[in-house]
Amino acid sequence: MTYLIEGRDGPWELVVGLEVHAQVISQSKLFSGASASYGGEPNTHVSLVDAGFPGMLPVINRECVAQAVRTGLGLKARVNLESRFDRKNYFYADLPTGYQISQFTHPIIGEGAVEIELADGSTRMIGITRLHLEQDAGKSMHDQDPARSFIDLNRAGVALMEIVSEPDIRTPEEAGAYLRKLRMILRYLGTCDGNMEEGSMRADVNVSVRKAGEPFRTRCEIKNVNSIRYVMQAIEVEAVRQVEIWESGGSVDQETRLFDPVRSETRSLRSKEDAHDYRYFPDPDLLPLVIGEAWVQDLAAHLPELPDAKRQRFQDEYGIPRYDAGVLVAEQATADFYETVARGRDPRLAANWVIGDFFAALNRTGRTIQDSPISAAALGGMLDLITDGTINGKIAKDVFEEMLASGETAAEIVERKGLRQVTDTGAIDAAVQAVLDKNPDKLAEYRSGKDKLFGFFVGQVMKAMAGKGNPALVNEALKKVL
Amino acid sequence: MSLDPATVRRIARLARIGIDESDLPALQRELNGILGWIEQLNEVDIDGVEPMVGTGHAALRMREDVVTDGGARDAVLSNAPDAAGPYYTVPKVVE
Repeated sequence: MTYLIEGRDGPWELVVGLEVHAQVISQSKLFSGASASYGGEPNTHVSLVDAGFPGMLPVINRECVAQAVRTGLGLKARVNLESRFDRKNYFYADLPTGYQISQFTHPIIGEGAVEIELADGSTRMIGITRLHLEQDAGKSMHDQDPARSFIDLNRAGVALMEIVSEPDIRTPEEAGAYLRKLRMILRYLGTCDGNMEEGSMRADVNVSVRKAGEPFRTRCEIKNVNSIRYVMQAIEVEAVRQVEIWESGGSVDQETRLFDPVRSETRSLRSKEDAHDYRYFPDPDLLPLVIGEAWVQDLAAHLPELPDAKRQRFQDEYGIPRYDAGVLVAEQATADFYETVARGRDPRLAANWVIGDFFAALNRTGRTIQDSPISAAALGGMLDLITDGTINGKIAKDVFEEMLASGETAAEIVERKGLRQVTDTGAIDAAVQAVLDKNPDKLAEYRSGKDKLFGFFVGQVMKAMAGKGNPALVNEALKKVL
Repeated sequence: MSLDPATVRRIARLARIGIDESDLPALQRELNGILGWIEQLNEVDIDGVEPMVGTGHAALRMREDVVTDGGARDAVLSNAPDAAGPYYTVPKVVE
């Protein structure tokens, strides 16, 4: 799908690259032993290293390095066995040292790729330029006091992975698909919880526009966008703004901008002068980070099955369509739930029930798969009753609703309510005859060629049997008589 | 390499050091003196020599991922000139 912005002088193409900051899941911080957990009392998850006291030295957390390597492997990216840390210098009140320790010239992870899938079913590869480790900053609060800003350093020094994409993204939809896919991979890996609302995943969006076939034009960076929807909106409005500038004879300045979702516009954020003049230099407190090939291989061997591989396996092993497999692997918990239901049963029937009635029930009750009112084993037990002919598909829907309401097993409900399917052909024949006797006019119409009435008779017989008739036997009996 | 007055002014601003216009010539002279001294290193032939980033072949030592620090707010805030409750405060910064 092409996405073009119609300008006065013809169409413009969109060019987007994303920098995602993903907070690493770890117990302690990247360079200090203070807790990395969210939500502590202000300034209690802080060591003197984080607070920038003189003489404090950073010592790197092995698990944070492992998490970066796992993420790199999940992005099919090159792992650099030697990487380095640099100081990125800038002044801000929530950055006590006056510099952020980051990796500028030698990141731990190099080029990789993420496959995205779009609404029309097509797929595209989005290149990953690099992933590097760096420190998060503290938090400033500006609304506590008329004259002062309040600073909490609990987050200062928590490990972040900055994941930089190539400028391969061409539509807002692709940007959304990329972020969703990246978040899925991070969650599968257990390296970041991907929670954009809480700020543990944030995106900086680089946007430029160009005419078809041109080299890249000047880009603007929209900082700290905190939802996928806002990323897509920000790209749209920023592209339109840039097209207007170029077409009115102006030129776009390279600058940092802010997206305002309320007014649906981007605004210049920092004075252009001095922006990006971070005077990087190698951090003299930190030797090169050298990791062993064997360690990387060991981390690779213990990676969980990732979404793409799992989807392919679901298609191959369970014979379910690509789309269904994609829905089921979107979250690991859903995939696990499905596999428990499907194991030893009809996998397509299982997929239909999980994606259909089960998801609908979760939505309706506002529950998640983690606190689902029906366990995978219980749903599987109900499918067994369908497969062995105890209940038919229509009764199953009622049983399912009852399971949801009462928490009983399907077998208990079928027993208690007497919902067992009627396969006794004598009873079915009797019901068929009764329906025909009651509807002589319809019978005459049918016999004079109105074939569509067959469905009416099936419905009437099932109704007469309180839904418990075996549908195949009912059909058969009706065909015989009619 | 020689710094002009504008560059000296810019370096001072990036470092958030306020300098008087009348101090510029002296600072420019001092900085250029330092740079000139360092530039003697350019006389060394380093073709084919890997950049040295530390002594020996030492690599970064890693620590285990356990919480060993924190919970010392008083110490953390001990040098804060204007703490408010559990927070540092600074003159309001709003972008």
